Amino acid sequence: MTRVFISKDMASLALGADAVAQAFAEAGCEVVRTGSYGLFAIEPLVEVETDEGRVAYGPVGPDDVAAVLGGSHGARIGAIGDHPFFARQQRFTFARCGVTDPLSLADYTAHGGWKGLEAAIGLSPQDVVDAVKASGLRGRGGAGFPTGIKWQTVLDTPADEKFIVCNADEGDSGTFADRMLMEGDPYCLIEGMAIAGHAVGAGHGYIYIRSEYPFAIEAMREAIARSAGKIAPFTLEVRVGAGAYVCGEETALLDSIEGKRGQVRAKPPLPAIEGLWGKPTVINNVLSLAAVPFILAEGAQAYADVGFGRSRGTMPIQIAGNVRNGGLYEVGFGVTLGELVNEIGGGTASGRPVRAVQVGGPLGAYFPPSMFHLPFDYEAFAQAGGLIGHAGITVFDDSVDMAHMARFAMEFCAVESCGKCTPCRIGSTRGVELIDRIVAKAPRAAGALETMPQIRNASRSARSHDQEVELLRDLCDTMKHGSLCALGGFTPYPVLSALDHFPEDFGGGNALPEAAE
Amino acid sequence: MTDIAGIQTAIDRFMQSDTRGALLPLLHALQEEFGHVDPAAVPPIADALNLSRAEVHGVISFYHDFRTEAPARHVVKLCRAESCQSRGGAAIEAQLSHQLGVAMGHARKDGQVALEPVYCLGLCAIGPNALVDDRPVARIDSARVVAIASEVEA
Repeated sequence: MTRVFISKDMASLALGADAVAQAFAEAGCEVVRTGSYGLFAIEPLVEVETDEGRVAYGPVGPDDVAAVLGGSHGARIGAIGDHPFFARQQRFTFARCGVTDPLSLADYTAHGGWKGLEAAIGLSPQDVVDAVKASGLRGRGGAGFPTGIKWQTVLDTPADEKFIVCNADEGDSGTFADRMLMEGDPYCLIEGMAIAGHAVGAGHGYIYIRSEYPFAIEAMREAIARSAGKIAPFTLEVRVGAGAYVCGEETALLDSIEGKRGQVRAKPPLPAIEGLWGKPTVINNVLSLAAVPFILAEGAQAYADVGFGRSRGTMPIQIAGNVRNGGLYEVGFGVTLGELVNEIGGGTASGRPVRAVQVGGPLGAYFPPSMFHLPFDYEAFAQAGGLIGHAGITVFDDSVDMAHMARFAMEFCAVESCGKCTPCRIGSTRGVELIDRIVAKAPRAAGALETMPQIRNASRSARSHDQEVELLRDLCDTMKHGSLCALGGFTPYPVLSALDHFPEDFGGGNALPEAAE
Repeated sequence: MTDIAGIQTAIDRFMQSDTRGALLPLLHALQEEFGHVDPAAVPPIADALNLSRAEVHGVISFYHDFRTEAPARHVVKLCRAESCQSRGGAAIEAQLSHQLGVAMGHARKDGQVALEPVYCLGLCAIGPNALVDDRPVARIDSARVVAIASEVEA
């Protein structure tokens, strides 16, 4: 019986993979459902097992079964590894995603699973922490804090109880690596968390998954049930979010697990010292934890050898938005933004020129093509007034209105603010109003008002376009430095970068008549 | 009609699981069973978890997912985040709203369908995307809008 491999990743399902799988089953094939390789332009992707290995076809519809099985289908790709999208990738974390049946323990073991955990169990907790430090792994959730240092703090803090928390509240637009890993290789995350538990002396872990990811929730729950014996005495459970973006912020996430409103906590104390229920807690992103099995199995040096500057190892980069070949691209740091957008992504899906690229989700900066030389590296992006965040890249063509995108960022912050601090709660609402006024007012020379207090105290109708822009910058400064967490603190990134790089979109129409004030 | 006895039974059943930080899991369980969290459920929840009613209400109202009224028969959740915007999401939202006969964020008066915003389904390279009664749908164009509209009329 011919074996065929078809993804059951949520993206593949959204493109009709179930009907394709059913058609192959009805044709007498043994269908294995896998994760996705992450090249969505050719999903639903079908791989047929042959004497020469797996032969890939994509995209495939339910009517293509006979042609694919006959080997004559026009969408024949050949070995998936030969596809141009894969040629330069370095798949450390996503090595199994797309290859294996995500829930098969036999598949996981056969493809190198549990080697990292077995190596870790043979080491002292301090040695495991040292290995993570030596790898140079930094938090993949966005902040880029060294993972080993965080673990060391938890290891060094005495307590009767400690926890491992996985932040799987991947809410940033343009990001989907966490979802793909949980759906496509859940044991990898489980193994990483079990290693973390051994390293710091934690007996229990939580995976906090956003409710928008129903298939990831199902996959993780099933995988936890099946692998319980393998990771014992460490135990794991899934907690489901309830549609609050701010719960991606680590302290808000902890409050949410405790059954409260997801409000941000002031730091210090750090969660590593007083985290979940006041106990020392490792809280890491999915990709940080999923990188750990490779580090323990292959050695810290093998991980650290790849990368750029102080950004070591690989980054699963998500190329999204208006792009031809969007998907997941895992590669060592240092690849330039332009290579990612134009060469790997293939430019826009609409065929129009690229105008702006947002890196790092709704709180990330917008970059124009003139900045495409930037290497993918934490420091390089910070220096350019942006952030890598969770490594999502959203491409926009020349039809985008950047004042609208800046306004959307403020509006999103206003809706999703947890309300605990004033700069975020009120500043975001004032930001929406300011951008509306800026767009409505024609630019004209600044009037007699010059200092910021004078601008602030002037009536809205008396302020010029330029003065309103100054006020928006002042507000962004307050939000950046006065907010309790990244939601209010980073919203200025998309707003100011839009203003800096695309000022023409804020030029506005005619001045508002006085009566409109 | 509020089924207080049914709610109490569901709460009692949940409490046997001895879950730490149980409020969110309990609210999810109730919403899954009854379709929404009835305001009448607040006092028994508060009793069971030894919380004040204000705390329970505060949590229900904080999270976008929890609803206090019965949902429409069909729910279409359309993504409004940046990636879907970059792929023409605003025009699709306008068409979908017109076809379904209901504004974004509302349920139709006959209770047949609701159109709700969602911010990112993690399908960002193949947008605009939606969840139609929990089934993911990608690359929504005018033809798919029509297909979704006819599906939810059934």
